[in-house]
Amino acid sequence: MATAGAAAATVLTPEQAKARALARVDYPANRLANIADLMVNEPMDISYPDADSPGVLLKLGQAVEGGVGPEGDVVAFSVLCPHKGWMMSYSAADKTLNCPGHHSRFDCETGGQQVWGHATSNLAQFTLRLDDSGDIYADGVDELIYGRLSNVL
Amino acid sequence: MAYKRQIDRLPIIPADAQEFNVTCHYCIVGCGYKAYTWPMNRQGGTEPNQNKFGVDLSEQQFTETEAWYAPSMYNVVRQNGKDVQLVVKPDVNCVVNSGLGSIRGARMAENRPSKVTGTQAQRLSDPMVWRNGVWQPTSWDDALDLVARVTAAVITQGSEDDLVVSMFDHGGSAGGYENTWATGKLYFESMKIKNARMHNRPAYNSEVHSSRDMGLDELNYAYEDYELTDTIFMVGANSMETQTNLYLNHMVKGLQNGARFIAVDPRRTITIASSEQFAGPENVLHLAIAEGTDMVLFNAILTHIVDNGWVDAEFIANSTFQGGEAVAQDEAHPAALGSLEHVMATCRTTLDEAAEICGVPAADIAKAAEWIAQPKEDGSRRKCVTAYEKGIIWGNDNYRTVGALVNIALATGNVGREGGGVCRLGGHQEGYYRPSDAHVGRPAEYVDQYLIRGLGGVHHIWACDHYKTTLNASEYKRVHKRRSDMVKDAIDMAAGGSRAQMVEAIVSAINAGGLFVVDVDIIHSQIGQNAHVILPACEANEMNLTSMNGERRLRLSEKYMDPFGNSRPDALIAAGVARNMERVLREMGHDAYADQFKGYDWTTEEDSFMDGYNKGNPEVTYDRLRAMGNNGVQEPVTGFENGALVGTKRLYTDGVFTRHGREDGKALFCAAGWRGWQAPGKAREQAAHRFWINNVRANIFWQNQFLDQKNDFVQDRYPHPFVEMHPDDMVDLGLNPGDLLEIVNDNGVTQGMAYPMPTLKRDTVAMVFGSPAGSQGNVVSPGVNELVLPDYKHTWGSIRKISDATPAARKVSFKSHEVVL
Ligand code: SF4
Ligand code: FES
Repeated sequence: MATAGAAAATVLTPEQAKARALARVDYPANRLANIADLMVNEPMDISYPDADSPGVLLKLGQAVEGGVGPEGDVVAFSVLCPHKGWMMSYSAADKTLNCPGHHSRFDCETGGQQVWGHATSNLAQFTLRLDDSGDIYADGVDELIYGRLSNVL
Repeated sequence: MAYKRQIDRLPIIPADAQEFNVTCHYCIVGCGYKAYTWPMNRQGGTEPNQNKFGVDLSEQQFTETEAWYAPSMYNVVRQNGKDVQLVVKPDVNCVVNSGLGSIRGARMAENRPSKVTGTQAQRLSDPMVWRNGVWQPTSWDDALDLVARVTAAVITQGSEDDLVVSMFDHGGSAGGYENTWATGKLYFESMKIKNARMHNRPAYNSEVHSSRDMGLDELNYAYEDYELTDTIFMVGANSMETQTNLYLNHMVKGLQNGARFIAVDPRRTITIASSEQFAGPENVLHLAIAEGTDMVLFNAILTHIVDNGWVDAEFIANSTFQGGEAVAQDEAHPAALGSLEHVMATCRTTLDEAAEICGVPAADIAKAAEWIAQPKEDGSRRKCVTAYEKGIIWGNDNYRTVGALVNIALATGNVGREGGGVCRLGGHQEGYYRPSDAHVGRPAEYVDQYLIRGLGGVHHIWACDHYKTTLNASEYKRVHKRRSDMVKDAIDMAAGGSRAQMVEAIVSAINAGGLFVVDVDIIHSQIGQNAHVILPACEANEMNLTSMNGERRLRLSEKYMDPFGNSRPDALIAAGVARNMERVLREMGHDAYADQFKGYDWTTEEDSFMDGYNKGNPEVTYDRLRAMGNNGVQEPVTGFENGALVGTKRLYTDGVFTRHGREDGKALFCAAGWRGWQAPGKAREQAAHRFWINNVRANIFWQNQFLDQKNDFVQDRYPHPFVEMHPDDMVDLGLNPGDLLEIVNDNGVTQGMAYPMPTLKRDTVAMVFGSPAGSQGNVVSPGVNELVLPDYKHTWGSIRKISDATPAARKVSFKSHEVVL
């Protein structure tokens, strides 16, 4: 969909101004996986809201605030570091996402809180929903994803 | 769950947005940023021709892109009386940071005051006076008249010694050449105030007297020296946290070029952990010495270098003093200074002696000496850059310890050369330009004690909050409050009277032991609770401000927004105080005295810059600095050629040392004789308590913690001041992560949140310094090093639990800070 900025910084006609997008982006509901596909503490590569925004889907093995699924332990995060956009890797040992760029790290068990680092926000987490068949859908993001000025491009 | 901003889209900077040069005003590194502003009713678009970056923003941008900014980099601020949109983002073309932001600087926009977005609602907007039991907003004329009348009455009835002044000496933030000059002119030229102190120490003095006495300015290198060196020797500093982009953009490049890293620090810092990642653990040497023993270590390293003949004999012969003792030890010089040969008689320390005292293996000390000075296999000399900060500046025996470290750099010829330098890392930027402070004397007056003894009647405070950043803070606060309350009571009693009656009531209260307090600040600080007059100042970018960073890089950080409300630059507040002093003194019939307060007819901060810095450096003007952009020019400025200011990349390239003022231009070595704890009371306190209470900084808010008291992102991470402890010590004391605790000793009590840190030694805690919610200074004894240098670092106490974790503390992540890759 078009972004809010798609219209020029120049003067708009009344028709153009009327056709502007909504104040917030509309998030797609994308199926990421089925709960049966997930192994405890084994990260699954996903992307959301589109293929250019890589993320990780995790079954942590222990309920966390914001977790979904029967155990309340399924979460998903962007893996683009909100500092300068390096791709982060998952440490199964302490359930964190770690950035090779400048060593920021984020805790997957506290909603992506930056444990230590240079980013000025915590990690963008994807809102998840489970349907009756166990399919996991992402349908929202709670922080601006690195590298885009609109979460949905 | 962690705090999230729930922002899914940001306005795009239009192609024609206004652009300003910004130097981050938080820490010493002084990273370059660009500010962009544009009207509220316009926005850029995703097409390349519609945005400032000229790229297609409907596509994902890639790693380290210039074309992205975080929500913290956006705000709505006031500019020329109108609301405008603002983005402040790191400048990829600045050689200091090459586009890197930090967790502090990249929040500059969010930390601007805005009535639209509600950020920094704590900022002061109007002068206030204590009136009828509350602080009442008032006009500048009213507030400044009261300040001048009380001040003039007190210093004419008594003397200028009755006016005590706390004032910043730094750049960035509240400081800078404009503001240090104006305050300096007021207190050191119009008056000759002796009872002055700086923001972070209880006297008006240098933190590195010995380096200067030895002939070396403490900022003598260029940041690129870290990229050119063979060894980075870091002492009592944690640059990954506190000089973040100096570390990431220069030190890391050095490590990736093959430099080795030596860290002297009792604790394993994040800098050490990251250096192991960047350089390989085999190239990192951590000397985890016992607290306060640095001098012994340096002496042993020096001895090993000398005995192995790894010194730079030519440099020593040409550039250092040869004739034995040059300066004798006396009250102003806590150690004798002279030739290398002369001081070796005092400094000589064997590896084994040092190993014993410092608690590290002799082999590691030898290895450090090798890494610093052993010639390479092909016989060429090894380059070493030495960096130090609060671990020794606020440590044991400041003068001799800093001197012992500088000795090593001098003996190995690592000054004034590529890949060398022996420098403090710094806290704020620098920006000191003041009339001579010679009248203050050396040792300077211990001003905190002066106030505690009941002396002084008026206290002018400029952007200092001693409630958080002084030692012996418990007692200081008690006395300061009691004395200022006496004046508040007198004001309340005199309510309804004329100005003359009010001044008389205030002066009587002062004569009875009270203290009249004037607080100039950007927020209503904790010490500001004791103020009778509060004067609202503004910050960098709400005014033009010039400062230099840790490699002496001078920039003009441009004004892009209005000062908040009716606040003003400190320079113009100082001018206002001076003009009112002149008027009042003349009214009082002190014409000659009044004349001393002439010369403040300034309307802008630039007027102060021209009156001060420019007079000493006539080449340097705002226009020329603006043209030099975010790369500025490294001081000292030596000329103006082909439309550009000409600077100095590193000092002492000619091998001539001048900082001590000696005509011969020879550097001196320091006879750093070890004598255990230098400051009184430290040994006794150490014996009496289990825990060493180290104080440390955290990258998330160091240098701007006062702005983050209500910042949700920061408070979510650290809802209480952190006190890092070994997990086994926590078990001993029945503490769970996040539990609230008290630290107690004879000096006072402070509080914080238990934070497990398995890399700490047992019986050691690392408490955040300067927290508004728990001042570590409460438990620091009044004992200072010679020349009134505070030894904040050495404090011991007992710890007890006061509460289970609060709901906020329970949400905090307590995982290790060290990256796992
Ligand atoms: S490293 Fe220092 S100067 Fe640079 S952005 Fe961070 S706080 Fe600002
Ligand atoms: S990009 Fe991740 S820490 Fe810098």
